[in-house]
Amino acid sequence: MHHTGVTSPKGVWWTPAHKSEKVWATMAFTWCMVLFAMMPLWHFRGGQNPSGIRSRVEIADYRARTQQFIADYQVRTENGMPVVAPPPGSDVYLLGSMWQWTPILELEQGVEYTLHLSSVDVNHGFNLYPFNVNFQVVPGYDYGLRVTPSEAGDYRIVCNEFCGVGHHLMVGKVIVTGSGVTSAVAPNAAPAPGGNQ
Amino acid sequence: MSTATASETRSDFRVCPTTGLKVHKDADALMKANAVVATVCLLVGGIAAILVLLTRWQAVHLLDAVMFYRVLTIHGMNMLIFFILFFEMAVLYFASAVVLNSRVATPKVGWIAFGLMVFGTLMVEWTMFTGKADVLFTSYVPLKAHPAFYGGVILFAVGAILVTCIFFATLVIAKREKTYSGSVPLVTFGGITAAIIAAITLAHGAAIYIPTFFWSMGMGNVDPQIYRLVWWGLGHSSQQINMAAMVSIWYLLGALTVGAVVVNEKISRTAFVLYILFISMASAHHLLVDPGFGPAWKVVNTSYFMYMAVLASMLHGFTVPAGIEMGMRLRGYTQGMFGWLRRAPWGDPGFSSLWLSVVIFGFVGGITGVTFGTEQINIIAHNTLRIPGHFHATVVSGTAMAFMGLTYYVIPLIFRKKVSFYGMARWQPYVFSIGMLIFSLSMTFAGTFGVPRRHWDITFAGAPFDVAYSSAVPLMLGIMAVGGLIAAVGGGMYILITVWSVFLASRSGTTARMQPSRGRCLRASTTDPSSNSPMSRWNSRSTARWE
Repeated sequence: MHHTGVTSPKGVWWTPAHKSEKVWATMAFTWCMVLFAMMPLWHFRGGQNPSGIRSRVEIADYRARTQQFIADYQVRTENGMPVVAPPPGSDVYLLGSMWQWTPILELEQGVEYTLHLSSVDVNHGFNLYPFNVNFQVVPGYDYGLRVTPSEAGDYRIVCNEFCGVGHHLMVGKVIVTGSGVTSAVAPNAAPAPGGNQ
Repeated sequence: MSTATASETRSDFRVCPTTGLKVHKDADALMKANAVVATVCLLVGGIAAILVLLTRWQAVHLLDAVMFYRVLTIHGMNMLIFFILFFEMAVLYFASAVVLNSRVATPKVGWIAFGLMVFGTLMVEWTMFTGKADVLFTSYVPLKAHPAFYGGVILFAVGAILVTCIFFATLVIAKREKTYSGSVPLVTFGGITAAIIAAITLAHGAAIYIPTFFWSMGMGNVDPQIYRLVWWGLGHSSQQINMAAMVSIWYLLGALTVGAVVVNEKISRTAFVLYILFISMASAHHLLVDPGFGPAWKVVNTSYFMYMAVLASMLHGFTVPAGIEMGMRLRGYTQGMFGWLRRAPWGDPGFSSLWLSVVIFGFVGGITGVTFGTEQINIIAHNTLRIPGHFHATVVSGTAMAFMGLTYYVIPLIFRKKVSFYGMARWQPYVFSIGMLIFSLSMTFAGTFGVPRRHWDITFAGAPFDVAYSSAVPLMLGIMAVGGLIAAVGGGMYILITVWSVFLASRSGTTARMQPSRGRCLRASTTDPSSNSPMSRWNSRSTARWE
């Protein structure tokens, strides 16, 4: 009863599968079940999650919040850009626009902050260099991520979502200060399922 | 009256001497038209690919920023939308009318659909080439293109919807006119899967492009996050049309090249149904690091739904090679465990394309895709070069490779031409596929360093702060360029062979002559077309020996 894929099967074709197919299908299904289990498991047990506080925000409101944040905690300017050192545990606002990240952030190592990301024009992409941590930045949405800088240093924020012809010029800066214990772990978006809205 | 119509209808068919399938003249003409336009789009997209590649190869950095993003838009639209969908329209006509020996339902509507698709394509090409749509393939709102860009996509999609409707109508006609008995063949079943996913996909396309079209003319508003949600219902699901079509072509090429059998209809068909049920929601993996959606929504859509579609691919990844093995064994290649594989027709471009497509789609494209669809891994992969590294392994090494392999059979079966430069055609799948493999792997490795995709200058000249990637990155991009150029040579070989065969070579007479591949599998007779063709030989064997 063998036929090719271009021949019409005659009669009832809902027949028992060959043993090898049954074995393979069972293995494949089991593997998929392992993957099923791993995704929620990592969500609760893993150190990094893309979840955070999410809300819609008016673009003008987000711009105003960022300006207030700069006015409150600015410590100096660098390349004509404000450098802002917020107190530990505070809300930190980063604003993407064509084609810059505002402001420069100065954070302390080992302290948790809520990092807010949004855009005032088109989509942008948050990419933390050199750690390679990526988030989508969407206008009209406030993405609040709980982050703990784990290692002191001088970091860059590269835009990795196409945002127009000046896209490649869009590089921001994060400075992490403080000595003490260093670990080789990227800044964490801490798993905080309770804090998700 | 009815008998007159019937006899008229019968004279509209020709019998394919190689497969014994009846080909209706309308199906014939519609397939040819769609395949030719697909090849033209492939050429445009391929030239764009070389320009993009030579710009991302930082040592060459060919184009300026404006032209880079413009050419990248042209590359994405021509390859992922126009080339693939025109080819799939031809596949839909083949899977319905040709495989079922039927006439095409409403061929006039088929031509209207073709006209709409061509007109829509030209509108989009015009906006892209004149710099009115530098928004890339995804055209994320609020990046704004000329209304003709969205309008062109809508007209193209309407045409594609019409062809999908013709496909289903042809199935109804074939059933009613009893052009086949029993159930539809597996290849047609795969075509039905592709067509159902196409209907779902195009509905998403309408839901997002129509409001965006009005928004581009200043009417109404489109939320950027909703746009990303609905657009990926189109953008990712359309890749599942490709995948369903590709898997159907795997079964088809298996049948044509080595007489591969269907090991079990139940398993293969259930796997196709899994695609239909689960693939649309799995598009959510594009939004894993987006602000608009909660973790529960992300986890449910990208694990439970996606892995059931992954299961389907894993089933096909077993049944296709298993069917080839069984087919080869039934035809006498029974030595040892791998005698069937060793003695397979590796010089037949249809067979080598099939095999390369299965292996690279599964092992490179599939594995990277499933891992990137995980919440945590997506954080280190999103918008880096790992993403195009993944989808060039699926769409190019998988889908495009399978389409190319099928073309070596479409040329003799449908165009009734001999494949020109057959010696080159034997090498073409290897050159193209190995080039793409080098390209995909090195691109993926570069992406692990965080190198962004869709980026003109990763030396960031002129940016306010310096960024210096690992010294491995320029090396990886150099290897990527070499792989890409090898693949471009393979693509050029394909276009040369197909264009020369179809337009410049002389007609091979009424006989579809398939060149022998190492003298074993497809030695089509040029003298006695009806009785001694490979397919009819297999069919007679199947009655004599296989049952």
